[in-house]
Amino acid sequence: MSESTAVIERREHDAKTAFGFWMYIMTDCVLFATLFAVFAVLRNNTFGGPSGRELFDMPYVLGETLFLLTSSFTCGLAMLAVQRKDRPKVLFWLAVTFLFGTAFLVLELTEFRHLVIEGNGWRRSGFLSSYFTLVGTHGFHIIVGLLWMGVLMVKVRAGLTGALVRRLTLFSLFWHFLDVVWIFIFTIVYAIGVA
Amino acid sequence: MNTFGHMANILVGRLTWHDLQHNMVTMTGVVIMSLALVAIIAALTYFKRWKWLWKTWITSLDPKKIGVMYIVVSVVMLLRGVSDAVMMRAQQATSVGTAHGIVPSEQFQQVFTAHGTIMIFFAAMGLMFGLINLVVPLQIGARDVAFPFLNSVSFWLYVMGAVLINVSLPIGEFSGAGWLNYPPLSELAYSPGVGVDYWIWGLQIAGAGSLLSGINFIVTILKMRAPGMRLMKMPMFTWSVLGSMSLVVFAFPILTVTLALLFLDRAMGMHFFTGGGGGNAMMYVNLIWAWGHPEVYILILPAFGVFSEVVATFSRKRLFGYTSMVWAIWAIVLLSFTVWLHHFFTMGAGADVNAFFGIMTMIIAVPTGVKIFNWLFTMFRGKITFATPMLWFMGFIVLFTIGGVAGVLLAVPPADFQLHNSLFLVAHFHSMIVSGVLFGYFAGVTYWFPKVFGFRLNERLGKCAFWCWLSGFVLAFVPLYILGLMGATRRLDHYDKSMGWQQLFIVAGIGVGLVCLGIGFQVLQFAVSYLQRNKTRDLTGDPWNGRTLEWAITSPAPEYNFAIQPVVTTRDAFWEQKQRKTSVQKPQYHDIQVPKNTGFGVFIAGFAFLFGFAMVWSITWLSVVGMLGMILCIIIRTTSDHTERTIKAARLAEMEVAGGTKA
Repeated sequence: MSESTAVIERREHDAKTAFGFWMYIMTDCVLFATLFAVFAVLRNNTFGGPSGRELFDMPYVLGETLFLLTSSFTCGLAMLAVQRKDRPKVLFWLAVTFLFGTAFLVLELTEFRHLVIEGNGWRRSGFLSSYFTLVGTHGFHIIVGLLWMGVLMVKVRAGLTGALVRRLTLFSLFWHFLDVVWIFIFTIVYAIGVA
Repeated sequence: MNTFGHMANILVGRLTWHDLQHNMVTMTGVVIMSLALVAIIAALTYFKRWKWLWKTWITSLDPKKIGVMYIVVSVVMLLRGVSDAVMMRAQQATSVGTAHGIVPSEQFQQVFTAHGTIMIFFAAMGLMFGLINLVVPLQIGARDVAFPFLNSVSFWLYVMGAVLINVSLPIGEFSGAGWLNYPPLSELAYSPGVGVDYWIWGLQIAGAGSLLSGINFIVTILKMRAPGMRLMKMPMFTWSVLGSMSLVVFAFPILTVTLALLFLDRAMGMHFFTGGGGGNAMMYVNLIWAWGHPEVYILILPAFGVFSEVVATFSRKRLFGYTSMVWAIWAIVLLSFTVWLHHFFTMGAGADVNAFFGIMTMIIAVPTGVKIFNWLFTMFRGKITFATPMLWFMGFIVLFTIGGVAGVLLAVPPADFQLHNSLFLVAHFHSMIVSGVLFGYFAGVTYWFPKVFGFRLNERLGKCAFWCWLSGFVLAFVPLYILGLMGATRRLDHYDKSMGWQQLFIVAGIGVGLVCLGIGFQVLQFAVSYLQRNKTRDLTGDPWNGRTLEWAITSPAPEYNFAIQPVVTTRDAFWEQKQRKTSVQKPQYHDIQVPKNTGFGVFIAGFAFLFGFAMVWSITWLSVVGMLGMILCIIIRTTSDHTERTIKAARLAEMEVAGGTKA
């Protein structure tokens, strides 16, 4: 009797946490939506400086994108391993995800560095301010995600408890969400920017 | 720069000795604040209460305790906001012709900026979250909120935001660019000091707390209601909180972004809202009101909820038009995102845009009107008791309707072109926020006080407070309506005698004096009620003949709220239960899990404060400390297990019996 109540309570608790996390993701959506709106307003305010067409290197950005999308795929593989309670596989796929995520971040920061060195930093124009802020906010989320993933990997080494599985599920939700945001960035900032 | 200067720069950023020097006015504020702080510390030490404070309050995850702390902090902030109001009234009543009032103009700017910021973000929001914490879990028959630890983090972020705003008084300066800090005035070029940065980071920290609370209460209400309490059986206060919190989660991210962009402009030389460089200042005004207009409904909806409970209880009737009330709430929630442009009709968006937003603004008055009529019909043929909460309600109905009609007038763009930025507008929104929000929360505090503390507040002093507030409000703001029509703009620190405004400003000053008297009565009310608490003990748990679940348990409510999960079959669940007079069965207790106390809420917020302070003064090392501290605390807390403790069924039975014998 008491155990079944405990199980029910556990399940209710999980449902609350997952729902709460979805709510959080929605607030993050609003946050990004606002930044996209700001970008849309300022994208032509180049103030005599270069526009996206002159600055963006599409093959490079596509490479970046593939790294991130692949990391989302491997994150999914890690979650499948979680379902099978296959600890070594979980760690392996999380490590791969971490690697791809880091590669994406390095590529992004390299792109930023080039822009700044060429004198096209965030101070140059309203367009570049909003570009750096929108893309940078996504990058900041990736850093948070990597940090979170690192902590989770340390915990996975100690064992796959129920609480940990729950946290991993939330993490994968977060990671996929960042992927979706990136697709919007790729389309609205880069693809439309060079069109 | 010499070596010493360089070292100092690394150590304390932009901070210099000059920032610690003050004129008479700020010095007085600093002295009062320091004395109060010293007195509190001395009292805690003398009565050996530090451990008690830490163990039963600061580290508590009980929403009722967190609610009480919210209300205490917001009352302190309310007092600070009122003292700013007194200074403004004194300035405008005396600064005429050759006389220059009590404060210099750059000081006056900081006073009105601080007044608006403090009243909205720290007085009104604090009272709101306090009441929500106290009441919502009880009303829905839950033992706790969905995320008790997150709730503690939210509260302490709110406190640390308030502290950061107040630290600007002794260290540095506060913003003088108005409570919403429009660029280009708030840009570095025109506000080079740290005032705007204090504003940004104070709100950023408190705003993060509000956002987390919003998520927390939505999940609480949607996932933790007692069995049988379907949505359309929820108490109206809970409904209004659900509406308000939905607005929080949609609106506050916009504020977060807007503040961040302004800071990037100021600190990193970006061009979001600057005059040159391809910035767009009007985008800021759009963004801040895309948050700001929902914000006023965030504040007012729970106050509407309080009134819905109060009017039904003290009229001894079911709330009239429950379903239409619910729809009115959601109509307001939806429409509140479609009216933001009415704050700047004069932007020059063109006649079509202005017409759209003008019409939407008039439409949003319709659901509000529905609510007003529902309350009036609830009173109709009711057995009305004129207790203090009911008086606040009736004062609200009159003043709020007047203010609302003034609002509909302002919604007509051609009229707005005449009246915008005038004292007429100031009078309008004070009618809404003082008589709507503040009166609502005063009613709520009086109404639910016995549930939290186990005794009622003194009625006679409460009524004195009410009448002082009501008459003081009318005297303070009716002159401002007239002055606005006479052409007096807001935020004036000086005007010419020939304008003929002084008499009205003096009347308004007398009004604010009466309001202060009302506040004095309220403070006295708390003190006297505490001293005479044995006379007004609430022994039944149901002092007002209430209708909703919170009155079904003993007062003060135990930390676990409900020893036995209540089951709901109707609206006004407790009222129906009383009518049916069902025989009480012998209760079957089970073990209950409650969260353990933890200091991590205050630690995380404390590091957030350090981070905010470091960002204000550009102190790199401290911002790193703040950031790392926050991250470490979050990691430690989220990876630790055993955060709950069990109250055994036997112990629970003992506690319940003890509560019962007191009855």
